[in-house]
Amino acid sequence: MTAPMNIDRRRVLAGGGALIVSFSLSGALAQQQDPPAAAPPSPPGSLKTTPYLDAWIRIDADGHIEVFTGKAELGQGFKTAFQQIAAEELDVAFESLKVTTADTGLTANEGYTAGSNSMKDSGTAIQNAAAQARELLVAEAARRLDLPIENLRTADGAVVAPDGKRLSYGELVTGDMLHVQAQPKSKLKDTATFKVIGRPVPRVDIPAKVTGGAAYVQDMRLPRMVHARIVRPPSYGAQLTECDTSAVEKLPGVVKVVRDGNFLALVAEKEFQAIKAMNALGAAAKWQETARLPRQDDLLAVLTSLPSQNSTIFERSNSPASGRKTIEATYTRPYQAHGSIGPSCAVAQLIDGKMTVWTHTQGVYPDRQGIAEMLRMPPASVRLIHVEGSGCYGHNGADDAAADAALIARALPGRPVRVQWMREQEHAWEPFGPAMVTKLKASLDDGGKIADWHFDVWSNTHSMRPGGAGSMLAAQHMAHPFAVPAPRPLPLPEGGGDRNAIPIYTFPNAKVVHHFIPTMPIRISAMRALGAYHNVFSIESFMDELAGLAGVDPVEFRLKHLEDQRGRAVIEKAAQAFGWKGGQKAPQDRGFGFAFARYKNLAAYCAIASEVEVNRETGRPHLVRAVAAVDSGQVVNPDGLINQIEGAIVQSMSWTLYESVTFDDSRITSIDWQTYPILRFDAVPESIEVHIIDRPGQPFLGSGETGQGPAAASIANAIANATGKRLRNLPLTRKRIKEAIDA
Amino acid sequence: MTGPSRLVAGIVAVVLLGGAAIAFAIVWRPAIAAIEPPGPQAFDAALVKRGRDLAAIGNCNNCHTVRGGKNFAGGLPVPTPFGTIFSSNITPDAETGIGRWSEEAFRRAMRSGFNREGQHLYPTFPYDHFTNVSDEDDRALYAFLMTRQPVRAAARENQLSFPFNQRFAIAGWKLLFLRHDTYQPDNQQSAEWNRGAYLVEGLAHCGACHTPRNALGAERASAQFAGGDVDNWHAYALNDQSRAAVPWDADALFAYLRDGFHPDHGTARGPMAEVVGNLSSVPSSDVRAIAVYMAGVSRTPTPDRKRQGEAALEQARSSSGPASQANAAGASIYATACASCHESGRPLPFGGVNLARSTAIASPDPRNLANIVLSGVQAVEGERSPIMPGFANSMTDAQVSALLSYLRARFSNQPPWSSVEKTVQDARRAQTAFLVKSPAPHGAPADPQQREKP
Amino acid sequence: MMTLKVNGREHQVDADPDTPLLYVLREDIKLNAAKFGCGLGQCGACTVIVDGKAVLSCVTPMVLLEGKQVTTLEGLGTASEPAPIQRAFMEEQAAQCGYCIAGIMMRAQALLQRNTKPTDEQIRTELDPHLCRCGTHMRILRAVHRAARLMDTADATPAAEGRAR
Ligand code: FES
Ligand code: FES
Repeated sequence: MTAPMNIDRRRVLAGGGALIVSFSLSGALAQQQDPPAAAPPSPPGSLKTTPYLDAWIRIDADGHIEVFTGKAELGQGFKTAFQQIAAEELDVAFESLKVTTADTGLTANEGYTAGSNSMKDSGTAIQNAAAQARELLVAEAARRLDLPIENLRTADGAVVAPDGKRLSYGELVTGDMLHVQAQPKSKLKDTATFKVIGRPVPRVDIPAKVTGGAAYVQDMRLPRMVHARIVRPPSYGAQLTECDTSAVEKLPGVVKVVRDGNFLALVAEKEFQAIKAMNALGAAAKWQETARLPRQDDLLAVLTSLPSQNSTIFERSNSPASGRKTIEATYTRPYQAHGSIGPSCAVAQLIDGKMTVWTHTQGVYPDRQGIAEMLRMPPASVRLIHVEGSGCYGHNGADDAAADAALIARALPGRPVRVQWMREQEHAWEPFGPAMVTKLKASLDDGGKIADWHFDVWSNTHSMRPGGAGSMLAAQHMAHPFAVPAPRPLPLPEGGGDRNAIPIYTFPNAKVVHHFIPTMPIRISAMRALGAYHNVFSIESFMDELAGLAGVDPVEFRLKHLEDQRGRAVIEKAAQAFGWKGGQKAPQDRGFGFAFARYKNLAAYCAIASEVEVNRETGRPHLVRAVAAVDSGQVVNPDGLINQIEGAIVQSMSWTLYESVTFDDSRITSIDWQTYPILRFDAVPESIEVHIIDRPGQPFLGSGETGQGPAAASIANAIANATGKRLRNLPLTRKRIKEAIDA
Repeated sequence: MTGPSRLVAGIVAVVLLGGAAIAFAIVWRPAIAAIEPPGPQAFDAALVKRGRDLAAIGNCNNCHTVRGGKNFAGGLPVPTPFGTIFSSNITPDAETGIGRWSEEAFRRAMRSGFNREGQHLYPTFPYDHFTNVSDEDDRALYAFLMTRQPVRAAARENQLSFPFNQRFAIAGWKLLFLRHDTYQPDNQQSAEWNRGAYLVEGLAHCGACHTPRNALGAERASAQFAGGDVDNWHAYALNDQSRAAVPWDADALFAYLRDGFHPDHGTARGPMAEVVGNLSSVPSSDVRAIAVYMAGVSRTPTPDRKRQGEAALEQARSSSGPASQANAAGASIYATACASCHESGRPLPFGGVNLARSTAIASPDPRNLANIVLSGVQAVEGERSPIMPGFANSMTDAQVSALLSYLRARFSNQPPWSSVEKTVQDARRAQTAFLVKSPAPHGAPADPQQREKP
Repeated sequence: MMTLKVNGREHQVDADPDTPLLYVLREDIKLNAAKFGCGLGQCGACTVIVDGKAVLSCVTPMVLLEGKQVTTLEGLGTASEPAPIQRAFMEEQAAQCGYCIAGIMMRAQALLQRNTKPTDEQIRTELDPHLCRCGTHMRILRAVHRAARLMDTADATPAAEGRAR
């Protein structure tokens, strides 16, 4: 164990009295590098990679219970959900638990917090670990009381005997009791007896957030902390040719100017001093730029002409192949920004050769690896602690800011360095959600059903997350830069650019081709839902086009092609709650739209019906209301789930109607909220309704990203319904709608 | 936008001066027979399209649409000291709009200011300009309006007290000030200039805001384009009285009217923002024609004006202003509240105008600057558009005044404004009214492709 | 050195007159609620109340604050003794990441102080300077309505459970 870990370990153990609580992280780490050779079948969720129970749950002699997750709370509220799960399976009061999130010094390596996988990975692990821990406690009680296990029950943090005698968990826990490997299957509680799971428990993080408590990495204030700012190049690949730092160094409060190749930063005692010095340093820096960006107004041609690796990811053929009526359509999506409200921030400190970084990264372990590589330090000497930041919606500037902080902190040993990006930097340098092109072609048979289906998608990779140093800006800009790792397509079934490219509907003939484009003119990475956003937008728009061709109601048309029962149930629920009727006509100037998807074809189901008003003179679209139905398996916190879906619809609406990254031949030009407008309150819908189909006992299905694609297509379909014009290029701006109406 | 309160004041004066007698002498116009609403199919698509552009040039939507209301359904309140006049419903609704108006009735309204029934229309509807619109263009406008969505929205009763509620009073006003055919083609000038003149004097009704009005509320023919007032905004002088830091020329006017901003002048705000929002959608040849004609109106700048312009540009290039600012408060406010954007080096419209070139700061009237500092510039829903925070909540009148005086001293070579604080007080009062009644911001055109490099 | 009144207390602050209030609040007075979002007056994350009015602290230099009263979210109440607006946001669970929330609450608070019964339209218009990227808007609107009721009627309904709609 490294030094900082030991410090924390002592702290963790301090309250434990005489009892030594086992601590299995080293074991967990070993597991990480070297997965257990034997012991099939493997336990569920992240227990697979981190099987020791005490990596997840620790109980001290006073009965304090701490739950550990390697996932990061990003505002989705799952810290609360995990606490519910653990409380439920352990039979303790919800309030009596503490959940600790991603920290390379304390928690399991659960990779990234991404892809709506947290509930599935970590939630499942915690649930099973808690259930097994409870079994162990009961067994220990049975031994001490010399009673059969069946006679014992648990309640409120204690094992209770038939005579009412109680043995608290604190009394029962022994040295290595939880330092055991997870069993393949733990006996989980009967869902009918759930007391905490399935309840809308108020989120534990909200009180601090609404009263000014310290809640974010941006709020950290360590003793003797200094403030750093970066001066970024004006464009990708720009070279710093000249920079006289002498004047800046003399400015009030300036502690140091840090330059390493094209990496330019400064440190000052106070924050506003740092900003003033940053402006001065920016003015002193001279850069040489190269024009290397493609034309943004013709992404279709740009993307389809770049070299690509093509693979057929799905093929089915049942002759006869050809239908009667055939249509084709091409859909495009521009580069889009995560656009966190709080620009990225990190705090780093180098003490005695050990680097600690507090960061809002989505992956403390992978990020640690990248930072260690950049600093040429052993990973064990680098510790990353997740502290919540502003919502990130994927891979934004968090990891880059962490690397910035580490690089600057190295130049200033001993002092904690806080790096805060400026708004313009966040907008210009975050890795954007990639542009995409899809081409669809399908024909209908005589019965008005789809006879064959062709789907082609062109896109970059959808993840350039750290793992190697070269994925981080600081390491790319250093005098001895690290090369950007080669982009790779993400493997199916989850997929990247081809996420949700394979239709969930059953077509007799279908072919899906993924054109993976390795060349990346624009810096990109994972953005909420990845390729699923555009693929679902395309598929579900095209389904409406086909329904129109077949003369069938869009909801009915979908049901005609869908066998999946849970999918049918959410479609029916959304349609019914919306008041959808075949042959309906929307009020004047309005349109109704419908869309459905199962995220990744393996996570939560979501169907959304929407009503959009379009101003015929100005083209301005307005989402009036949306009704969603969602099935995410066993629901842990219904209110949290509703919050997520509401947010997904509202955010997707903003992406869909307004957003695109702009650039000229060398620079990103959408660098603030003027140039990258997003939803404001004047366009917020009148209502959004979310209906949950709970599936007690079914596995948790990730839901945080399931709404993005259906919301987009549902809105697009409603606009088509309102105007009679089909728009296929995102975003569906006022101007494009007006042009379509006037055409 | 016509200075409505002045108009009403004029009407009062007419009445009080015994104009009633004259008014009665004016013939009462007969009603024009109602027609069956023709329905949208009755009109040629190309004609409708031309009408759309013309309606944009005429800025029809801005007066005839209220915030959150239906297009062209009217009801925009124009508050005056004598009461409130509401704009009318010009959708083809049969009962409440102009659905039963024949083209002839429409043309008569444009030309002479009567409704179909023969009643006089208040001159808030600028028929003193529209009288110049050709029959052909009236036909296209008619076709455009008659193919809009009919909206049932009864006219709101004007809230005027006697004698302002007597429409015959308008007859007197017309007799004095309504001149037909004020636009005459000039063979000495280019076709483009003539096109511009036709639009400016007619449909675009630029003079309605930019020409000062006389005591009777009519445009002063002798001071055409010498600057006017509208909704507590100053419509800048466009003739040789212009005090713009850098003199306007046709290219600058074209770019400004087309894009809504120009780096040597600033960004269109207040009522003008609505005008440029419309002009962004019409054929550029028409905007160019307007610019060419207006450049002629403002004349070739005198050598003196030219020199001032050069000096302003020079100051804009050098980052420091004239030394020795006694106004420390103004300087500190400027540094944080203004410079972070206006000195960011980003081009317009997203960087904020280089203040040494700002027409607002060089203007003899500080009202526009006061308005913009207090209210800021709101984001346009879902569109790339400049944003500026308003400072009404964070600055007292004295602080705003200090800032304004500082800006004037630092960024212009004009004499200090007098009674700045009074202007700020008025602007703060007007700002409240403006925010309450102003329509949602329109799409300010902004080119996302533009180079961010100097 | 100047005196700054924040949440009813006087602070001696050593900051240049052009320093934006935001940095003084966060760094010198160590308050968390006002957030840096853009520093350009475009997002509302930094909003605080000055003399009863909502102000963007990122573009408000210290020179403007002589003799004025600054209120931040910390000054309204605490987690255990929340002010009505804080209680309303908790009860509606009106946050996802929550980064935008403090600024929004301050503008809503200022609105409710001068208008105890705002219409939905008024609330939306008032909040237009604010951005929320998580899409929490529906809950935020509900929370402001709830706060209006709480402030107006001292509505004592206990924390709502089960807001599934
Ligand atoms: S941080 Fe002040 S408005 Fe964005
Ligand atoms: S809750 Fe995350 S930005 Fe609003």
